[in-house]
Amino acid sequence: MIYLKSEILRIKEEALRNLRELESPEALQELKVKILGKKGSLTAMLRQMGSLSPEERPIMGQVVNEVRSRLEQAWEERSAELEAMALQMRLATERIDITLPGTRISRGHIHPLTQVIEEIEDIFLGMGFQIAEGPEIESDYYNFEALNLPKEHPAREMQDSFYITEEILLRTQTSPVQVRTMEKLHPQLPVKIIAPGKVYRNDDDATHSPMFHQVEGLVVDQGIRMSDLKGILLNFSREMFGESREIRLRPSFFPFTEPSAEVDVSCMLCGGAGCRLCKGTGWIEILGSGMVHPKVLEMGGYNPQAVTGFAFGMGVERIAILKYGIEDMRLLFDNDLRFLQQF
Amino acid sequence: MKVSLEWLRELVDIDQSAVELAETLTRGGIEVEDVEDLNKGFEKVVIGEILSLTKHPDADRLLVCAVSVGHEEVTIVTGAQNLLTGDRIPVALIGANLPNGLSIKKSKLRGVVSLGMLCSREELLLDDTVGLDRSSDGILILPSTAPIGESFGHYLGLDNSVLDLELYPNRPDCLAMVNVAREVASLTQKKPHLPKWADQSQVLSLPVATDLRIIIEDKDLCWRYAGLMVEDVHIEPSPEWMQRRLKAAGVRPINNIVDITNYVMMEMGQPLHAFDREKIKGNVHVRVAQPEEKIVTLDNVERTLNPHTLLIADDSQPLAVAGVMGGLDSEVTETTKSLMIESAHFSSVSVRRTSRRLGLRSEASNRFEKGIDVSGVVAALGRVCDLLQDLGAGRPVAFVDEVKHIPPRRQVALSTERTSTVLGIELAVSEIHQVLEDLNFEYQENDGLFQVQIPTYRSDIEIEEDLMEEVARLIGYDRIPTTLPQGDQTQGRRTPEQEFRRRMRKVLAQSGLDEVLTYTFTRAEADAQWGSAKHSIPLLNPLREELGVMRTSLIPGLLDVAARNVARRNTDVSIFEIGNTYWGDEQPLKKLPREELRVAAVAVGKSDRHWFNQSSSYDFYYLKGIMEAVAQEFGLKLEYRLAENQSLLHPGRSADIYLQNECIGFLGEIHPSLEKEWGLERAVLFELEMEPLFKKIRQTVRAHSIPRFPAIQRDLAVVVAAETSAEAVMSKIRKLGGNLLQHVEIFDVYTGKPIAEGHKSLAFTLRYQSLERTLTDEEVSLLNSRILEGIQQDFGAERRK
Ligand SMILES: [Zn+2]
Repeated sequence: MIYLKSEILRIKEEALRNLRELESPEALQELKVKILGKKGSLTAMLRQMGSLSPEERPIMGQVVNEVRSRLEQAWEERSAELEAMALQMRLATERIDITLPGTRISRGHIHPLTQVIEEIEDIFLGMGFQIAEGPEIESDYYNFEALNLPKEHPAREMQDSFYITEEILLRTQTSPVQVRTMEKLHPQLPVKIIAPGKVYRNDDDATHSPMFHQVEGLVVDQGIRMSDLKGILLNFSREMFGESREIRLRPSFFPFTEPSAEVDVSCMLCGGAGCRLCKGTGWIEILGSGMVHPKVLEMGGYNPQAVTGFAFGMGVERIAILKYGIEDMRLLFDNDLRFLQQF
Repeated sequence: MKVSLEWLRELVDIDQSAVELAETLTRGGIEVEDVEDLNKGFEKVVIGEILSLTKHPDADRLLVCAVSVGHEEVTIVTGAQNLLTGDRIPVALIGANLPNGLSIKKSKLRGVVSLGMLCSREELLLDDTVGLDRSSDGILILPSTAPIGESFGHYLGLDNSVLDLELYPNRPDCLAMVNVAREVASLTQKKPHLPKWADQSQVLSLPVATDLRIIIEDKDLCWRYAGLMVEDVHIEPSPEWMQRRLKAAGVRPINNIVDITNYVMMEMGQPLHAFDREKIKGNVHVRVAQPEEKIVTLDNVERTLNPHTLLIADDSQPLAVAGVMGGLDSEVTETTKSLMIESAHFSSVSVRRTSRRLGLRSEASNRFEKGIDVSGVVAALGRVCDLLQDLGAGRPVAFVDEVKHIPPRRQVALSTERTSTVLGIELAVSEIHQVLEDLNFEYQENDGLFQVQIPTYRSDIEIEEDLMEEVARLIGYDRIPTTLPQGDQTQGRRTPEQEFRRRMRKVLAQSGLDEVLTYTFTRAEADAQWGSAKHSIPLLNPLREELGVMRTSLIPGLLDVAARNVARRNTDVSIFEIGNTYWGDEQPLKKLPREELRVAAVAVGKSDRHWFNQSSSYDFYYLKGIMEAVAQEFGLKLEYRLAENQSLLHPGRSADIYLQNECIGFLGEIHPSLEKEWGLERAVLFELEMEPLFKKIRQTVRAHSIPRFPAIQRDLAVVVAAETSAEAVMSKIRKLGGNLLQHVEIFDVYTGKPIAEGHKSLAFTLRYQSLERTLTDEEVSLLNSRILEGIQQDFGAERRK
């Protein structure tokens, strides 16, 4: 029994000594198996307890259990120590240059004009408008005649339009969608649409592109007033250019509206005090508008005695230029990636 | 229309500055584009007299002048050598900013203080019509009548501003000073002082000419033709005041007769033309030209006319192109003794066509094109009589007035109530009274309903809405409140197709492509290459030849953009466009053509360059990956078949794209033989029709439950002949795998050692799974080896070890 006990204590001392020298969790585990495992040295000691007397067995049992729990505790401590060391080591070695750029997620850009059109659409969708469409290659009838621009009207000079035949041309404005929409919807009320799209004029210089974009708007209902036009356009201007914008109407002329109005918005750069953008006036012209001309309502199938309406049209390029501070309109169709990738 | 303020003041009281008046007019609907201050640069320039000239004590070439500028005497040092004591000269005082940009400051020249500068013509930007001949050698020397101390600008009549009106086509009346004055009067609540001469009485008191008749052959092209016969004509320059006004209006003075006709045109809006009476043989005919008839016009150019040209002719030959330009033969010259002065109406369409065709546009043709007031034809001759007498230029002796048509005077009703409703302003009846008074319109009112007599010069007012605009602009558009429509509320929403386009654009942008917008017209050859020459629609009047046809393909536009970017060293380009192509089915078009929406992309160069990953060149698989992302987004099953058109795309690297057995586009690398033409190397591209895609998009997602039993994964690598398509092997695997094979994916393709030449290795991951039970290793192994046997048989494949 003495031999057994001293042997057990020897195993314990040796294990504790070895434990302190071990550096890896694997070696630690190996040693644990060597002593406490099925074939371990301490387990072997337990097997030899059969040779002891019944009185000695509990005493020895206690010794073995004490040694076992002492060793297990030591193991845990040591492995915690090793884990902490390993963590230290990992933290000390794993260093990166956080200033290097991140993995690039390839992302394309939507053309600024598309973005502006979608923003305009969203604003008007929010006010209950639908989006209508019409052909870009249009008949003389819809592009001019139905808009109260009969043949030989001075406002439709040959050099302004791209013709395909005498009767077919590239639409010069989105306004033909007004009459097309009314024809399709009448006698339904209210008519409340915007119509974005490409339009064409035979012009090419720093401020004109032969192809450009407009958004047309049309509201027809009983009792539509010019003040409603002003209200809708004030809402639009504030959503597009900022809450503190004001608008003003100036008399103007379009063959398909009467009365007609040019709409100015208070300058988004100076707030109305006067600057280079607004040429010192505090106002910037953004669109043309007016009450739908009775002849146009008639062409669309509505009775001008029973209903009234308003219409407006804005140039998308102009709004993009104002919104993004674009210096030269031609950049919009140049498609240089250094320009497009800013948006 | 250039409006001289000095002239306008004669016709209406103005108590605003030029800039304020411009704002009033603009806010009233007559847009003033520019205000030109003619006195600019002359503000501190006065007329002085040289009292004495002494040599500078310390400089031989300088003179010290004592100059009287009226209320004081100043010393000025000058280097000029053309001065004499007593000369009257322009003196720029301290603070002057001369027209040539020079600022005058107090200065000391070699010890002598100089309090200004004596000016030359060059410094004042004046021509040699001003000053004595001696002026060309240095300082401008004025006649001895020039009043000492007077502002130099005033002396030249330049203390004046000119408003440049940008007129809308509905207000041709404002091409006349009198009507601008009426407009100013209405907007500022003043009465215009339209002079007594603005009527016909003076002409009507003359006898009717008996020696000449007016014969209007086409009454649609000429409604009225009046002529004033003038004797004892004396040709000389017109007086200075008239020349000054004409110059301010942008008209070059010529002689008293021509100037009178131009002056009356500017003043009353009626173009006039003076013929030498002696050159008119017989009667005056207003007729269209004979085919190939010729006339030499005032500018000494022989012009060949056509039967659309309206002419003024005598019994034997043309005298003038009506409303456009006079003939050289009947021109007023220094020897002219008698005149016929024409005041007529000509059809605006006819004048427009003729002036366009001959390339002759003038103040006169412009007024005829926009439309003139037929009722004012004879009144203008009344004003001519007046001026002829004032200037002593001739004696009116007789007149003729042939009238074919005078439009009836319009009466338009205006309801106070309806106007209030349409404008959204509560208007009192009295306010409308006030507006009509300010406009100087005649009217009657009964219970808020007005019957308004429209003056003949306001041809734009035809219906009640036109009068509503008059009301609105006179009370001010600012009176219109802001309200919102009162009717039924509506829900705004994009149609499914509009939403589809938007999502498509988003998917492509999120995949890394940049959206571009290109012109929809393009070069005919480029469009024919990628689209269909048979269907492409040519423009009659393209801007440039390279923008001559409407596109039938988006590809040329995208290739152009890519090439332009590459040329600018933007070497990595991956772009797309969604836009219409245009398809004509006949030539020339009789009905509107088909507009077909397409989406296309082009990529060239390398994918994003980054320090961490290797960048890879854009290739077929790059764009195919994007197409697969599109297919996945919309739940579409696209098929790729070997491309049929092998001339545009690399035959080994291109595919036609099918959706449910319909070819809807193509994908591939540009054919190497086209690389040079487009200036792009190894560009890849695709183009798809949008409509078939939209028609087949998945409407809703049907969810599958997540399998409860574990999956078993096996890899399988086989070596097959190089030309074997991966898709063929995959579909064989799928077929043999049956229900238990949940997923197959290719994860490696390899050629090169140790694979035999002409072969490639394909490696697949196969995932087996049952929805009902846990699979055993044994059954999966069995299935896997059956698949292997199957592809060994079909493709002569060998398992790769
Ligand atoms: Zn501003």
